[in-house]
Order: sequence, then structure tokens, then C-alpha cells
Amino acid sequence: MSGSQASGASLAPRGMAFRGVFLRELRGYLVTPVAWLFSVVFLLAAGAFTFYLGAFFERGQADLDPFFRFHPWLYLVLVPALAMRLWAEERRSGTLELLLTLPIRTWQAVLAKFFAAWLYIGCALALTFPMWLTVDYLGHPDNGVILASYVGSLLMAGAFLAISECLSVLTRSQVVAFILALAVCFLFLLAGDRLVQEPLLALGSNRVADALSDLSLLTHFQAIARGVLDFADVAYFVLTIAFWLAANVVILDARRGG
Amino acid sequence: MRAFSCVLEEGDALLEFAGFGGSGLQAMIQTENLGKRYGRFAAVAALDLRVARGDVLALLGPNGAGKTTSMRMIAGFLRPSTGHARVCGHDVVREPLAARRALGYLPEGAPSYGELSVAEFLAFAARVRGLTDISGARRVDDMVERLQLQPVLAQGIDTLSKGFRRRVCLAQALLHDPPALILDEPTDGLDPNQQREVHALIRGMAHDRAIIVSTHSLDEVRAICNRVAILADGQLRVEGTPAELESRSRYHRAVSFRAPASALARELLARLPEVETVEVDPVSSWVTVFPRAGQDIFHAVVALLEAQRVRVEELRLEHGRLDDVFRQITRAAEPLPAVAA
Repeated sequence: MSGSQASGASLAPRGMAFRGVFLRELRGYLVTPVAWLFSVVFLLAAGAFTFYLGAFFERGQADLDPFFRFHPWLYLVLVPALAMRLWAEERRSGTLELLLTLPIRTWQAVLAKFFAAWLYIGCALALTFPMWLTVDYLGHPDNGVILASYVGSLLMAGAFLAISECLSVLTRSQVVAFILALAVCFLFLLAGDRLVQEPLLALGSNRVADALSDLSLLTHFQAIARGVLDFADVAYFVLTIAFWLAANVVILDARRGG
Repeated sequence: MRAFSCVLEEGDALLEFAGFGGSGLQAMIQTENLGKRYGRFAAVAALDLRVARGDVLALLGPNGAGKTTSMRMIAGFLRPSTGHARVCGHDVVREPLAARRALGYLPEGAPSYGELSVAEFLAFAARVRGLTDISGARRVDDMVERLQLQPVLAQGIDTLSKGFRRRVCLAQALLHDPPALILDEPTDGLDPNQQREVHALIRGMAHDRAIIVSTHSLDEVRAICNRVAILADGQLRVEGTPAELESRSRYHRAVSFRAPASALARELLARLPEVETVEVDPVSSWVTVFPRAGQDIFHAVVALLEAQRVRVEELRLEHGRLDDVFRQITRAAEPLPAVAA
């Protein structure tokens, strides 16, 4: 009896540790005010921007372009705010020691936190469905474009999230984590914009400017939001997410050694 | 009904242990030349420990001596700069998951997720440990009962007192019935009754486990530990049983007594050939007679006191004082010679 139990515990399904952390994180979102604030601000701001800044009605076009156009800017502030606690809080409260001495691999913990937060953001994004219903009621939008835009929006949020989670591991202070993440996300968002490009071109480094332009989150998001779910654009987001999550694992493991 | 047991009975495991060396006991927690450097600062250096089944080892030392760093390396939170640590034969760096499955760990400060309730937190720990079946649920119930957490099960951990929080984290460490345990200050912040309960809990499970406890309480050492290791400046200064350590105290086999008028007797005692010195505690007025090395003075002292008709109110033979040894060892610059068994 005890023998079978022993093997049962040691052969515990691989996913259990991942699921444990994933569910704990999700549970955390339901009880922490910052998460509720995230969804409320996201939904209100997304609506307000669409109707006031985006001139949703005045344009007289049945599409959601004025809605999705502001997502990168909302995410720029809100995703770092949601993600700043991911590791900084664990470090401050000492629970990082608890987590990293449980039988779980570092990458499992990193992924569990990432997917829990991504799912939460996805839910907030899904709650914007009345926009779609409205535009569908008022006219005949290209639903393919709208679906592609939702996918692009989610991918973009994922990229911001991966960046923010990774930077959160560098500090015990949530405020520092927030500002770091905001700055880096801003740089990646605008890598293709004049703001970043012109100083580089002025320095005569066309190649660097071009390379950086390819890394721009905004460029790829806009490509997808036009309704073309190009493999390259999707791959760009997936690779960006993978890169920052991998960096997160490396930094966490390096901290054990340091 | 062990949910997890350390598989040591198989031949290859025994062979592996034979390789490490020697005493014939199965060392469930073992460190060899374990060290941690931060730049040029050595937080822990060349630590060799063997903790066998049935052992409760107290890790003593002043703050900053390297106790927590050592425990963190064995628990797998910090990677050692030198040497190895093994839990149940599993190297903590090369087989981290197997080592962590075999270990229950109470980190310094007993951290837990404050936004969760006690029940949610224990469910989280059980799930990550893979204890999701009926026996896992039974383990949770068992720990809740033994650590008397029923009244606060539904409460947020943030709202709990320090004592409850420590017991919640302790429950997490014991949940999977680990064969090896590392408890960093398990009774810090508990009241005397709770301390006794935790001591009873640790004593009750010590017989088939290897346990390392760090503490500042020498009473705790006497209550639960059968071995003591004293660290200072990152180095293991001395290791032995509490009795062996006590025997290194200058109080070992000294005779103390309290008597209202003993000035003459003190003079005469100091002249006995086997007596080193006589001291009077100015506060308690206890007189302590220290023997010369290896001398037995109890009967001589009693005989002299009787002959002098000193009205003795209290009298005792000292075993030695751990706090005295602790001070002597942690202040000494050089490592002391090994304890004679």
C-alpha cells in the first residue's frame, strides 16, 4: 500500500505543479484590487477612447478600427500595472523561497504565472464583445478583420505581459517593476516610429534603424489589425513572448546562483 | 500511511551511501564541503553535515553565521558555490525535483500567500506536491488537526496572528509527509504553549525522519534535539550531542549551592586541591565551585560543607551550560578541537 502511494507521489502528473501555481495565480486575480482595477479601467477606457477619440459614430464606417487602434496604448499602461507584482511581490514577501523550493521547475512557474495573467487579460478583452455586437447591429462589418484584430490584440497583450513579467523579477519594488516595464514596452511599441527611428537615421545607422523597425510591436499589430493574419506577424509575437519568458527563467535561475 | 517515502532500501541507494562514507547510518540529509560565496565574502564555507533518520540536528549560531544560507542551499533555493548537498541521496543541484519532493521546508519568516485563505493555501501546496487524491485530502485534514488550524481555515492568511501564520507554513512543510525536514526557526513568534505543541509535534515525528532545526533557543535544543551543530562566521565550529557540548562548558561537573553564611566555607573550598576556583553570583548569591579538569568534586564539596556545618538551602551538580558553550565557541576566533566522544 505504502509502496504504491510512494510511487504515486513521485510519479505525480507533471502538470500538477503547473496547475497548482496557475490556479493560485488566477485565484490571486480574483481577490487583488489591482486586477479588478485593470479590467474596469480597460473596459471603460476602451469604450471611451473608441467613441470620443476614435469618433466611432462620426466615421460612419462599420468596423472596429477606432476600438483596436487604442489597445496598444491601453496595454502599455495597464499590462505593466497588472504584471508588476508577479515576481516583485513574491520577492518582497519571501514567498519566492517557498515557490522555488517546491517540486516545480523554474520554467513551469514562469509559464504558470504568464498564462494565468494572459487568461485574465483575455477575459477582460472578451468582455468588450458588446462593441462587436454594436457594430454588427449597425452595419455589415468584415468579421474576419475583427476576429484577426482580437487575435492581434491578445498577442500584443501577451508580448507586453512577457516583458513585464520578466522585468518584475529584477526588483522587490512593484513601483520600480512598473516603471521599468513601462519604459521597455514603450520602446518596443514605438521602435518603428519616427520618435525612435529619426535619431537613429540621423546617426546614419540605417541598418540598425531597419532592424529595430522590424521589432516594433505596433507595426506588427497594425499589420494583423488590417485583417491579414500573416504567419510572420504571428510568429513575431510568439517569438517575442518566448524570448522574454526564456529570459525570465534564466534570470530567476541566475538569482539562485547569485 | 506515508504519502511519500524515501526509497533507501534498494541496493543501489545503499551503495551510493556507502560511497559517502562510513558511519553505516543512512544520512538522509548530507552536505559535503558545502559553501556559498558572495564575491569575496564567504557566507558558508566547507560545511560537512550528516543527518540520519531519527536525528534532530539543531543548527545554532549568532545572526549572520550562515544558518539560513546553509538551509537555503539544501532546500534548493540557493545554488552552492562549492560542494554538494543531498537529500535522500538526491543531489539538490542535479536532481532538484527528487530532492525537493523528499524535503519539507519551512523558510525563514514562514512566508505564505497572504491574499489566500488557510484552506486555499494548503490546497495550493497539496496540488503542487501532487497530493490531489483522497490520501492528499486526508493529509491536509491531518495537518490542520495537528496544528490546530480549524478555527482559521476560512480566514485570509494576512489577517492571522504571527503564531498562526507560522503554523500554516509549518503545515505546508509537513503536508507530503517528507522523510527529511528543514525548519528555519519553527517556534519563533509562538507563545510558550504553542512552542510546547510544536516541540511535541517534532519529537513525535523524529523517529523516522531526518530533521534540521535552526533556533536561537537553547531550551528548544534541549527539548527536541539529539545533535547540535554550532556555526560561526560561516564555519562549522563544533558538532555533537547536547550532553557532549555541555561537557565542554566550564560549568560541567561544577557544584553550585546557596547558603546564607558561607564565606569561610568558600575560602576552604578554594583551597581544596581538586578545585579550580569558587565564584559567587552577585545577583542570585549562588556559589559555584569549579573543578580542575577531569576532577570529580561533588563529594568533597558536600563533605566540606557538612564539616563546616554550613546551612545549605539548595545544592546541585551542574551538567554544563549550553549558553556558556555557545558564547565560548562563537566568540572564539579559532575552531576548537573535536569533541571527545
